[in-house]
Amino acid sequence: MPRRGAPPEVNAGSMADIAFLLLIFFLVTTTIETDAGLDRMLPPIDDSVVDPPIIKEKNIFAVNINKQGQLLVEGEVTEITSLKEKAVAFLDNGGAANGSPEYCNYCKGKRDEKSSDNPEKAIISLKNDRETKYNIYITVQNEIVGAYNELRNRESQRLFKRDFTDMEAEYSNQETSDERKEALKERIKRIQELFPQKFSEAETSSNN
Amino acid sequence: MSKFSKKKDGDIPAVSTASLPDIVFMLLFFFMTVTVMKDTSVKVKNELPNASEIKKLEKKDQVITIYVGSPTEEYQKVFGSEAKIQLNDKFSNPSEVGPYILAERAKKSEDLQDVLTTSLKVDRNANMGIISDIKEELRKVNALKINYTTVEGDAFDNINRR
Repeated sequence: MPRRGAPPEVNAGSMADIAFLLLIFFLVTTTIETDAGLDRMLPPIDDSVVDPPIIKEKNIFAVNINKQGQLLVEGEVTEITSLKEKAVAFLDNGGAANGSPEYCNYCKGKRDEKSSDNPEKAIISLKNDRETKYNIYITVQNEIVGAYNELRNRESQRLFKRDFTDMEAEYSNQETSDERKEALKERIKRIQELFPQKFSEAETSSNN
Repeated sequence: MSKFSKKKDGDIPAVSTASLPDIVFMLLFFFMTVTVMKDTSVKVKNELPNASEIKKLEKKDQVITIYVGSPTEEYQKVFGSEAKIQLNDKFSNPSEVGPYILAERAKKSEDLQDVLTTSLKVDRNANMGIISDIKEELRKVNALKINYTTVEGDAFDNINRR
C-alpha cells in the first residue's frame, strides 16, 4: 500500500514538448527587426525667390553616379573604394590662406588652393541617374558619411579624448540620463560645427 | 576488489532529460525578447544593402516604414517584377506616399508628430528613380527626417554581389 499523505508526482516529461511548441510558434510569428541605418535630412521645399549664394567651384565636391554604377568624382572616373579618401582630403583641405578670416586652424590637409577653403564652406554634391542601383547609392552615401565621421572622430579624440560616433550613440541611447545628455549635446554640437555636413543632392536626371 | 567489479555490471544509465525543458525555455525567452511580432507582411523582396556607418533607430513609436522592392513571386503575375512601393499592406504609387505619411502622422500623439522618422526599407536591386520620387513626396509633406535602413556590414559587399 502506498503512503497516503504525499500526492503523486506530476509527470514533467511532456514539459519539453510544450516549451518546444511555444518556441516554434515564436520563431514563426516574429522577426528580428533591422532597426539601424543611415540617417539623412531632406532639404525642405523652398519656394521663395532668393538669389542663390555664390559658391566657388573649388568648394564643391561633385560626385556623379551613372546607371552602370560608375563614379565620376570631380571630373575623374574613380573607383568607389577610393571615394572616402578623396572626400576626406577635400573636406580637410583648408585652402584659405593663413591669416584670412576663413583660415582653418584644425585642418590637417594639403592646403591646396585649388580645393576647398575650409570645412564650413566645403559642399559635397551628389547626383545620380534614375537607373542607378540602390545598393551603389547606399555605398556612396555610406562612404561620404564615413568621411565625415572619420574627421569628426579625429577632432573629437583631440578635444574630448573620445570618438564622436561613440558620443552620438550614447546620446541617442534611451538609458542615458538627462544630465549626461546635456553634457554630450554640447560636445556633439561643437564637433558638428567644426565639420558640418553640407551635403546636397540634386534632383535626379533621367538623361544618360 | 569487489567494490570495482560492481560498477561494471548493469546497463549504462539513461541520459537525464530533466533539464531539457529548462534549456528550451531559455531559448524561448531569448526569442521572445529579441524579436518583435510581425505587424505587416512584406509583399516585396526586401534584401537590405549593407552599410557600416549606421546609427540605431531608437524609439520604435517614432518610425514610419515604407517598403520598396520588386513584388514576391506570388504577386509578380499581377504586379510585374518592377520595383513597387508597399505602404501598410498594399502596393501603391509614389503619389500615395504623401497622404500615407500624413495619415500615419495623425495617428501618433501630438508631441511625437514633429520628431517622426521615415524608415526606407529598400531592396538592394531597386532603381534610384523610385527612391527619388518617394523623396520628392516626402519633401512635399515636410517629412524630412529619413533613414535608409540597412544591415550592418561592409558596404563594398554591395557592389560585388548584385
